[in-house]
Amino acid sequence: MTHSPETSRQVPSGQVPSGQGTSRQVPSGQGTSGAVTVRPAVFSIDAAVADRGMSVSLELSDKETVAVLGPNGAGKSTLLGLIAGLLRPSSGRADLDGRVLFDAGTHWVPAHQRKIALLAQEPLLFPHLTVLDNVAFGPRSAGASRGDARRAARHWLGEVDALGFAHRRPGQLSGGQAQRIAIARALAAEPDLLLLDEPMAALDITVAPMLRKLLKRVLAGRRAIIVTHDVVDALVLADRLVVLDAGRIVEAGPTRLVLERPQSAFAAGLAGLNQITGTVTGHGLVSEDNMSIAGVVDDAAVPGEPGVAVFRPGAVSVFPEPVHGSPRNTFPATITDLEPHGDQIRIRAGALAADVTLSAAADLAPAPGSIVYFVVKAAAVVIYPAKTVRNDEAGPRP
Amino acid sequence: MHGAGKAPAAITIPLWIWVVAAAGGLFILLPLAAMVTRVNWPQFVPLITSGPSLTALGLSLRTSAVSTVLCIVLGVPLALVLARGQFPGQRLLRSLVLLPLVLPPVVGGIALLYTFGRRGLLGSSLSVLGIQIAFSTTAVVLAQTFVALPFLVLSLEGSLRSAGTRYESAAATLGAGPGTVLRRVTLPLVLPGLASGAVLAFARSLGEFGATLTFAGSLEGVTRTLPLEIYLQRETDPDTAVALSLVLVVIAVAIVGLTFRRTAPKLLNSGGTRDA
Repeated sequence: MTHSPETSRQVPSGQVPSGQGTSRQVPSGQGTSGAVTVRPAVFSIDAAVADRGMSVSLELSDKETVAVLGPNGAGKSTLLGLIAGLLRPSSGRADLDGRVLFDAGTHWVPAHQRKIALLAQEPLLFPHLTVLDNVAFGPRSAGASRGDARRAARHWLGEVDALGFAHRRPGQLSGGQAQRIAIARALAAEPDLLLLDEPMAALDITVAPMLRKLLKRVLAGRRAIIVTHDVVDALVLADRLVVLDAGRIVEAGPTRLVLERPQSAFAAGLAGLNQITGTVTGHGLVSEDNMSIAGVVDDAAVPGEPGVAVFRPGAVSVFPEPVHGSPRNTFPATITDLEPHGDQIRIRAGALAADVTLSAAADLAPAPGSIVYFVVKAAAVVIYPAKTVRNDEAGPRP
Repeated sequence: MHGAGKAPAAITIPLWIWVVAAAGGLFILLPLAAMVTRVNWPQFVPLITSGPSLTALGLSLRTSAVSTVLCIVLGVPLALVLARGQFPGQRLLRSLVLLPLVLPPVVGGIALLYTFGRRGLLGSSLSVLGIQIAFSTTAVVLAQTFVALPFLVLSLEGSLRSAGTRYESAAATLGAGPGTVLRRVTLPLVLPGLASGAVLAFARSLGEFGATLTFAGSLEGVTRTLPLEIYLQRETDPDTAVALSLVLVVIAVAIVGLTFRRTAPKLLNSGGTRDA
């Protein structure tokens, strides 16, 4: 990944933040200023679903794959349903390569005319059709003759290494095989945008890596939005990561940057980092509950502005008594939970976590409820500016 | 994997439940057995192949077949609208469609008479055009369709609901328009439900008595279906009545066996309103 992370996070797009509801501005104007001869190869949505508390704004350039992560109930599936045309927005607009998909109140393109395929958690292969006819379903619906549709189906079955199953019924397939066929079926419809709703969630854990590899191959150079709960999917499959929480995009950016410098607690959790938010000072950060944290302050962080401090649980040492020394941070912590973590023990104290070796844990004899001191060297704490992420920052890479 | 079809052996049913259940089973079986004991076996084949018997049986089969087709033509859209549509008055429509199920068939016959009869709501206009429906074979078909339609609608609507809309959504995102989705996804998926609904409608049509007698009368060869023939023969020729009854029982058993062999719809409890 060679793009500059900072620029992509700060795209000045001139969009109204979608929190304000009915923005009627066309959110796809970038790069086509003035000229109307070139249709913008961009997907954009800026819409709200009032009764589900959803309000999002998102853009995808051609051939870009975006991963959408977020806690349960964040509205990830609602977002896909909205884009696919299975759900009506209460306000807003969406465009796909210059075609209006919906413009609340005036335009509504039904799902079957959008050229947006949706791959769900379950394969949903039509049980009464053979594998070949399942894959041929899209081309047939688009008006291809039976022969042409089957030829196309064979091609796509070949793409997912499933030609051998062509004459089977879906009932004769394993979960992983069925999902492969479902991928071929979605691709055979030649969608302009492919939506994937946790495509590996319903699969056996041993099958998922193979399917991920397959998706990596077929998603290359294809525009797709993949909803997932697995950060590995985001790393392997997506160019960009969007964190959705309570119906809003709370964080967006190149996958690596979001994981290195998470802004939201959810993203910090994904990256496995301890995160403390507060106000930047000369030497560190003052947390919201008035705790001073010393750390390596990023050049971009301005004292007095909101900031984020992160450090790895592995960088934390745990002591029964306070330890003092100038370049160290000491936090009193009440242990809430203990769990094995690789060859170490993860000690949780509220939102913070520390990884200690088994022998250290044995010396400490920690138990939930006991008070200990988390100590982390200032050099292990990275402090960077907090951004009030607006939904319009979820734009495509320039 | 879920162990479908295997009832957990540990559940014990109180003994008295078994006793009452056995009584309930006997209550259904005993009358049938009693009837079978009265069958005049040496004369059985001549009795059921006599002229009037064959005429009535033929008429019953023909009219039931036509009314089943009519039930499919009218019932499939009704079930689709009830299961998939969203419109005001939907619940009311469902109640109304199911009305013939709980209505005494004789009342249905009277209602039909005041609709299609010579002085009925539509009948008076139809008779101007020279079309007489009441007391014709058409009336038999209409009476049967009236009482049988809810069976098909109920069975199909249940299938549509349990099939859900997820396959239809998947088909739509693959580019299939509403017509294609209906033809290639929805109907094939609910075909078993449609088939069992059609069989039940056929069975209900075959047994129709009250509405037919009221609305169509009992003219031999025109409106006198097998149940009417049985009722008529009961006074004068009990042997024929019993023999023909057995024919209907055999057809009914065959239909039930055919329909509930694989999947039992939740409709079974509503099949009791055989006739008034």
